[in-house]
This record gives sequence, C-alpha cells and structure tokens, in this order.
Amino acid sequence: MRHLLSSADLSRDDVRMLLATAAEMHEVQRRDVKKLPTLRGRTIINLFFEDSTRTRSSFEIAGKWMSADTINITGKGSSASKGESLRDTVMTIDAMSVDCVVIRHMASGAAHQVSQWVDASVVNAGDGTHEHPTQALLDAYTMEQRLGPLAGRRVAIVGDLTHSRVFRSNAITLRTLGADVTLVAPPTLMPSGIGAWAAADGLHLTDDLDEVLASGPDAVMMLRVQRERMSGGFFPTPREYTVGFGLTRDRLRALTDANGEAVICHPGPMNRGLEISADAADAAQSLVLDQVSAGVAVRMAVLYHLLAGEEDAA
Amino acid sequence: MTRADDTLPPGALEASATARTVMSEPDISRALRRIAHEIVERNKGAHDLVLLGIPTRGVELARRLSELLLEIEGVEVPVGDLDITMFRDDLRHQPTRAPMPTRIPSSGVDDRIVVLVDDVLYSGRTIRAALDALSDLGRPRAVRLAVLVDRGHRELPIRADHVGKNLPTAHTERVMVRLSGVDDTPESVTIASGETRAGSPSTPAAGGHR
Repeated sequence: MRHLLSSADLSRDDVRMLLATAAEMHEVQRRDVKKLPTLRGRTIINLFFEDSTRTRSSFEIAGKWMSADTINITGKGSSASKGESLRDTVMTIDAMSVDCVVIRHMASGAAHQVSQWVDASVVNAGDGTHEHPTQALLDAYTMEQRLGPLAGRRVAIVGDLTHSRVFRSNAITLRTLGADVTLVAPPTLMPSGIGAWAAADGLHLTDDLDEVLASGPDAVMMLRVQRERMSGGFFPTPREYTVGFGLTRDRLRALTDANGEAVICHPGPMNRGLEISADAADAAQSLVLDQVSAGVAVRMAVLYHLLAGEEDAA
Repeated sequence: MTRADDTLPPGALEASATARTVMSEPDISRALRRIAHEIVERNKGAHDLVLLGIPTRGVELARRLSELLLEIEGVEVPVGDLDITMFRDDLRHQPTRAPMPTRIPSSGVDDRIVVLVDDVLYSGRTIRAALDALSDLGRPRAVRLAVLVDRGHRELPIRADHVGKNLPTAHTERVMVRLSGVDDTPESVTIASGETRAGSPSTPAAGGHR
C-alpha cells in the first residue's frame, strides 16, 4: 500500500489488517504514555482545503502519537488563497520532501490527481462528493466493536446520498466486509446512476425509512444534510426532510422495538433536529463519540501501514 | 532474533535435508524446568514476578514457565504478552505487518520483577525494542531475560539471565523453534543452513498460528 485514495483499493485482507492494527492502537490510547516511536523522523502534512474538526485533528494526533512530525496547512491562510493552483501548492510541499500528504479538497478526484504529482504517500481525507476511506474504516471498526464481525449484518445508510463521500466509502467497505447494505434517501437525493452500482454490488435502494427501521437493521448510519453543497430544490423545507428521513424520537423507538441491539452512527458534524434528533444522538445506541475515539486509532493504523514499511516497496 | 526463520512454511523443514535437530521435545521441557528453577533461585521465591512473552513463541514459553512456577513454588505468577512491532528499529526494511496484542496483567509492571521471555536471542534488537516498549508501560523494579536458545552474534550490549541452550551458530545458519500450541509441526529446535536476517519479524500466518 502506497496511497489510500479509495475504499475500493482495499481488499478484505487489507481492511482486516487495518482494523486489527487499529484495535492494538486503540489499546495504546488507554495508556499513560501514548507515544510510539514507530514513525520517528517522518513528516506528515495535513493539507485541508475544507473545514474539518475531527478528521484533521485525529490525523494530527495519530501522526504525533507515532512520533511523526505533523504540520497542518489549511486552504484559508495558505498561498491557495492568493490564487496558487493545487498543483503548485502540492509541488511546493513535495519539494520539502515530506513523507505523507493527507489531503481534503472540495473537488472529487483531487487526492488521486495529487498522488500522480508527488513522491509522498497520499491519503484521501475526503475529496468533494467522492470518497472518504478512513471514515469508512473507522465506522466499520466502531460497529465491529459493538456488533462483532460485520459479515451478514444489516446496515442502513440514510440521508443525503448525492453529496455524501462518507456513504460512498462506507458502502464499498461494508460490502468488502460482507455486510448487507440498504440505502435510504429521498428520490431527489438518490445519486443519479446508482442503479447500476447497486445492482452490481448488491446494495438495496429505498425511500421508505420507516419500513427499513421496522425490519430491525443491526446498524443505522445517519448522514449529514450537506447544506453547503446544496443549491436548493432537493427538499421543500428542512421540516419536511425531518418528517420523512430524520431519525426522530418515534423512529428511534421503532428501531429499538424491532432490534434492541441496533446501533446508530453519524459521521458528524450532526445537524441536531434535522437528520437526527437529540434523543437519538445521545441514546445508549449512539456510537457517535465512539466513532471519534476510533478515528485516531484507525488513522494510526493507516499511517503505520503506509509509512512504516520498506522504503522501496512497490 | 531469528524471526525470519519462523516464516518458513510448514513442510519446508522436512524438505531441507541439512536441517538437524538440536533440541527435542524432552530437551525443551527440561530446559524450561531448569529456567523456572533458576528464576526462583535468583528471585528467592516467585513473589513480585511478572512474565512477559514476546510474540509469537515467547508467549507460549512464558505461559509454560508460569505453569512450572506454580508447580514448583505454588505461586500463580501473572503472565502477559509484550508486542514490540511498533518499537522495531528496522521497520523501514520490512513489509509492515499488523501488530500483535500487548496484554499486561492487571497488577501492572510497576515495581515488579519483569522476566521477558523469547524463543531465540540473536542480535539483541528485539530485546532492545522490548525494553523500550516496557518503559512506556511502567517502571519495573528489575527486568530479566529468559530465552530458550542463545545463538550468539549480538549487535547490542544485551545478555540473557536464563538460557535454555547456548547454541554456537554461523550467520549463514537458521535456528528454528517449533512449539506445540503454536506450530503444527512436532516440537523441536533445529538448525539449518541458509542466511538469516537478524531481527526480521515473524509472520504468524506463515509460521505458526497462535
């Protein structure tokens, strides 16, 4: 593994190895001394052209806990705001001979493009509406912590599928692990052309959330309504979205009635009262904070497998 | 350590005509019993001891030593596993592998006499990594080292306190430890010709499953 650009690049063995490593890294987080010498002398640049709290800070902590030097560059406050192109920005960074570039960008495919330009390893920390592979890994890790192996488990992904990179990576990784995936969205937020993918990969599509919850899925992943990517017209009012697709108090009860062991995930940041009610977000079934805690461990695992191995590995 | 040896697939041993057995199953069992007695003698009892095995085969050896100590002294000595993957100094020269679990007994290692247990002592680099890993977990009163085989060729100022067998070897030879409970093959220590890369981590998938 040289780059992590797409969840589709990871075989089942790769995912299993990363999750097993993450479990050991999670143990390290419980120690008094959280520092490992593993990536001593390595330099990691977090290049974030979009806002982020948990992804950027968890990559930074992950690098630091493994003794790498991590530097954050954000779009605002970098030369990009003076009009420098993405290529010139990353070439400048590459010229400082860094070992890894963690990139988040508003353009789909940005991480892939950057990986062609630089010698460093590239980690996709979210590219537009395309993918967010480390989020999918940490979601899978968090669910497995509570549910055990995900093969055969039923997971529903609910909400704004069109604009969601989290959904795309999650659907791929969950299928890689053998989970049964149902996608729930209003027709206006169901991505165009998903039919072919769903048919090829065995994903179920529906716009009836109540029916899905009544069937008692093992996990329900609520996606954020990404208002910053919407130019209107996807649903009439926020209220109407909540009525049709929000995880309300009543729907939480319907879910727990159908499956008492079910868990709820949300990649964050949450729009409380829109796609998820406060009752659901703070319920015992909610894994939201476990997801954040797993984020550091999973990103340590990714950085370890990308950076610790043979220097001249293919 | 002779970890590269462990990566031989089962059956490779039989295929190699030059492999010769230097310790048989009863030899291993006698050596461990003597080590257990030495630990007790050195420690004047089994109190305050913690045995930490270094994966893969050190874990099994530590478990056996703990059983022997219970038999000899009637004291249940806590056993743990200490993975050193993330502490190696040769990570950049190997393909990465998933780290193995580190399990520290609930009593901790602070102010205890920690006995590190491994199968083969070779370059000493594994033990250097283990000492680093241990210092992140606490501050033992003392750290001792017990190994089944010391094959020489140290690259660091490290020595074992308790040795099952001193085995003079050439760099060009490989020492293989097979333990029931870890490997499918019969229990033995064998020596064969063929270059060993000191400090290469074992791949449990190819060697023995835990």
